[in-house]
Amino acid sequence: MSQSTAHAPTDSPSSALRNAVIRLAGDSQDGIQSVGAFLGQLAGSTAQEVMTYMTIPSTISGGPSIFQVHLGSGDVLHPGDEADTLVAFYQHSYDNHLKTVKDGGICFYDSDQVEEVKEERGIIHIGVPFTSATIEAIGGTTKSRGKNIFVLGLLCAVYQLDRVRMSEIIAGKFGKKSEDILRNAMLAFDAGYAWPVHDIEHMPMAPGENEGDKRLSTDGNTMLSLGLIAGGVRFGAGYPITPWTTIMEFLRSELPKYNGMFIQCEDELAAVSLAIGASFSGHLAITGSSGPGLSLKSEAIGYACMAEMPLIVVNIQRGGPSTGLPTSVEQSDLLQAIYGSHGDAPRVVIAPKNVEDCFYTAIEACRIAKEYSTPVLILSDQAIATRLEAFQEPDLSKHWREPTLDLSERGADFKPYPLDKITKHSPPGARSSEGKYPVVTGLEHDEWGHPSGNPENHEKMTAKRRNKLLKLAESYGPTEIYGEESGSLLFVGWGSTYGPIKEATDRMNSEGQKVGSVHLRHVHPLPGDLAEIFDRYDHVLVPEMNDSGMYGYGQLATLLRAQTCNAKIQSTNKVQGISFRVLELVTAAEKLIANK
Amino acid sequence: MSDTISAAPAEKLTKKQLKADHPTWCPACGDFAVLASFFNVVQKLGIPHEKICVVAGIGCSSRFPYFVNAHGIHFIHGRALPLATGISLSRPDLHVFVFGGDGDGFSIGGNHLNHAARKNVNLSYVVMDNFVYGLTKNQTSPTTPLGRKSKTDPRGAIDRPINPMAQLVASGATFIARTHAAQVKHMNAMFERAILHPGFAVVETLSECTMFFPGAFDDGNPRKGGVFDLVNEEEQEMESTSAAMELSQDLSPGKFGVYYETKRDTKNDLERAWLTDAQKTVAGMSEQDILRQRFASMR
Repeated sequence: MSQSTAHAPTDSPSSALRNAVIRLAGDSQDGIQSVGAFLGQLAGSTAQEVMTYMTIPSTISGGPSIFQVHLGSGDVLHPGDEADTLVAFYQHSYDNHLKTVKDGGICFYDSDQVEEVKEERGIIHIGVPFTSATIEAIGGTTKSRGKNIFVLGLLCAVYQLDRVRMSEIIAGKFGKKSEDILRNAMLAFDAGYAWPVHDIEHMPMAPGENEGDKRLSTDGNTMLSLGLIAGGVRFGAGYPITPWTTIMEFLRSELPKYNGMFIQCEDELAAVSLAIGASFSGHLAITGSSGPGLSLKSEAIGYACMAEMPLIVVNIQRGGPSTGLPTSVEQSDLLQAIYGSHGDAPRVVIAPKNVEDCFYTAIEACRIAKEYSTPVLILSDQAIATRLEAFQEPDLSKHWREPTLDLSERGADFKPYPLDKITKHSPPGARSSEGKYPVVTGLEHDEWGHPSGNPENHEKMTAKRRNKLLKLAESYGPTEIYGEESGSLLFVGWGSTYGPIKEATDRMNSEGQKVGSVHLRHVHPLPGDLAEIFDRYDHVLVPEMNDSGMYGYGQLATLLRAQTCNAKIQSTNKVQGISFRVLELVTAAEKLIANK
Repeated sequence: MSDTISAAPAEKLTKKQLKADHPTWCPACGDFAVLASFFNVVQKLGIPHEKICVVAGIGCSSRFPYFVNAHGIHFIHGRALPLATGISLSRPDLHVFVFGGDGDGFSIGGNHLNHAARKNVNLSYVVMDNFVYGLTKNQTSPTTPLGRKSKTDPRGAIDRPINPMAQLVASGATFIARTHAAQVKHMNAMFERAILHPGFAVVETLSECTMFFPGAFDDGNPRKGGVFDLVNEEEQEMESTSAAMELSQDLSPGKFGVYYETKRDTKNDLERAWLTDAQKTVAGMSEQDILRQRFASMR
C-alpha cells in the first residue's frame, strides 16, 4: 500500500466502484495498448470483468491511438460510453479526448507534454510529469520508454488494484526479456504507484463477483483461433490483412503442435485455393481475411458451394468499401458474406457476439461445415477481434471435436453428389470397391460428378444445395429472447453490437418499458421462428454498424424484411467506425416508440 | 494431419482401369497423346490407384480429370497450382498431378506458378501449351507468337509472348523440362522423370490445337519437316541456372529435354520438419492438454 498518498484509501465497501472506464490516449508507439492489456489480464485473474476498445492508426508507424478499458465487478457488456478517467500523454491526446470524459470525471495528463488545461464540467485535472518522473525513476535518458508502466502504477494506486498480482503479471511479461528490462519496468511501476495524487481520494474497485478460478482474459482473434483448433481444424492458409492477420500468425505458430499446419500464401486467391485443396483431401481447413480479401476469395467460395466442400472462411470485418477504414469496426460485409460470389451459391454465415463467443462460434462452424459439406463463413469484426474480455475458461471435455480423416473404402452405393442425401466426399487415398473414382467439380454435375448441362438436373442440384441449409435451419433450437418476451420493442442484432444492445434492453426495462432483444448467431440461414417472435412486439428495431442504403434499412434488417415481410422492422445505423453507445440505442428505441 | 495410411497393394493398373469418360477434345488434338502418355507412365511406375490425384483448372486441357478414372478435382481458372499445393502439403501420401494449358498456367494463374516454383512444392505439373485460347475459340494467349492473328488480335499479336522456360528457371522450379506431344517416347521419359523428381517438376508440352492453331509446332516435328533437337545432357550443366537460361533464349522451336534439374528441400519437407520439432515440445501431451496449457498462459 502506498505511503505517500494524501488520503488513505477508503475501506468502506459501499463506496467501492463497481465500474470504471479508463481511456488512455497517446501515440501508437507509447505502449498504451500494453497498459490496457495488463489491466485486462489483472481483471481476468481477479474475477473482475473487463472489456477494452482501441483505435490504432492505419499509418505505418506512430500516430494518435487510444485504448479504453472498462473494468467492472459484475457484467461488463461494452467498452463504456464515456470515460471516468482519461490519461492524456500529449497535447493532442488531451485536446481530442477531454470531451469523452464524463462530467466530474478525472483527467491525468503528462505535465511535461500538456500545457493548456481547460477547467470545464467539473473535471478534476491532475498533472503528473509521466515523462520526467519515469526518467528519474529508471535513470538514464530512456526518453519515452517506461512511462506507460509508470501510468499503470499510477492507475493501480488510484483504483487500489491488486498490486502484488500486477507485479507478477509484469514479471511474467518482462522477465523473459532481460533482468534490466524487468528492473526498469518495476522501477517505473513503483514510482507511478507511489506518486502523490493529492487532489482525489483513492477509488477502490469492488472485488470481482465472478466465480471460478479458471478465468482467461484475451482478445477475439485469439479465441477464434483456439476455437478452430478445438473444432478440429488442422490446416489453414491465408494472406496478411488487418485485422485478420493475428489469426494467421497465431495458427501458423500454434497448429504444428497439433500436427497441423498453416501456410502463408502469395495472395488471397491462393489462400482459399490451398484451403479447398486440403478440404478436398479430407481435412477440415480454414482460410480467412478481412473485407477486401473476402472479395478476392469470392470466386473460390462459389466453387466450394457448387462442389460442396467443407470449408471455414473467417472474415474480420472492418470499415469499407475498398481500403476504407482498415483499423475500425463496421458490420458492412454481411451481404457480401451471404451472397458474395456468382450464381446461386448458398453457404452458411455465423457471427460471434463477443470475445468468449468466438470460441464456441468457431466450433459450431466446424461442425456445420463437416456435417453439411458446405462453406461456413464466420463474421467477426475489428472490435471483437482486438478488444480484451475476461471470461471462464471453456470446458474442453464438452467442447472439442476430434479431427478426422476418413479414408475408408467406399462401396458400390457411393455417389459424390446424391440427390437424396447430404454430400459426403470420398477423399483421395480412399479406395473404391468398384474401382470407380469421383471427380469433384465446379461444373454443374450429375450425382456421379459427371458434367451435365441437363436443365432438370441443374434445377434439382440447385435445390439440393439450398435444401441442405434449410435442413440446418430446422435444427436450430428456439431463438433466445433476452428481457421481455413480448412488449413494446424488440431489438434484433448480430455480432459485436451484443453488449450495447443488452445493456440498452436492461436500461429501458429498468425504466419501466417492455423491451426484449434477440441476438442472432445464425445470420444465414436465419432461424425460422423470427416472424412469430416479431409479432409479439409493437416495434422491431435492428441496430447495425452499416449504412441504411437506398431503401432505409441496414443489411440484416433488409434480410429480415425479406424473410418475414414484416413492415414493423426498422433500422438504426451507425457508420463512424466505432461501436454503438448504449445511449444511442436507447434514444433510437424511444424515438421509434414515441412515433407510434 | 495423418500420413500413416495403410499401404495398398501395388497391383499393376490396366489402361481400362485408368480410362474414364471419352475425352471431349477435338479430333487429332495433341492432348490425346498427353493423356495416353500419362496412362503409360502411371502404369509403369505402379502407383496405387487410390493415391493418384489429378488436378486441373479451366481450359481444354484442364478437362483432364474427367478422362482419368482416379480421384480428381476440376477447379477454377488459374488456381490449380495453389489447390494442388493444399493437397500435397496436407496429404504427403498422395501423388499429385496438375494438368493445364498456357492460359491457365501462364496468364490468369501466372503468379501461382512463380510461388509454387519458389516454394518447391512436391508435385508434377504438365502445361499443355498450344499457344492459343481454344475453349473460348481462338483468342491470343500468353505464348502466342508475335504477329499471329486471332479474334482478339485481328492485326496480329502485338504483345511479346512470355518465355515459360526462363520464367521457371528464374522463379526456382527444381525440375524443368520441355517436350512435344507428337514425340511420344520423349514425352513418356519426361513425365516419368518429372514424377520421380522430389519437388516442383514442370514439363512444358507443346500440344497442337488442330482447330485454331494447326501446324503451330511443325518446326519441332521431323514428320512435318521440322527438327526435334534434344538437349545434350552429357554436356549441359543440369544444376546451372545460367546454363538453363542460355538454353531458354531461343524457343522457336528450341531444344527439347530437361533444361534444369536440382535437389532442394521441398516445402513439404520444410513444413514437416517444423511440425516434428513442434511435436517434440508437447511430447506426451494430449491435444486437449496442449490447449489447456495455452489457456493457463492466458490467466
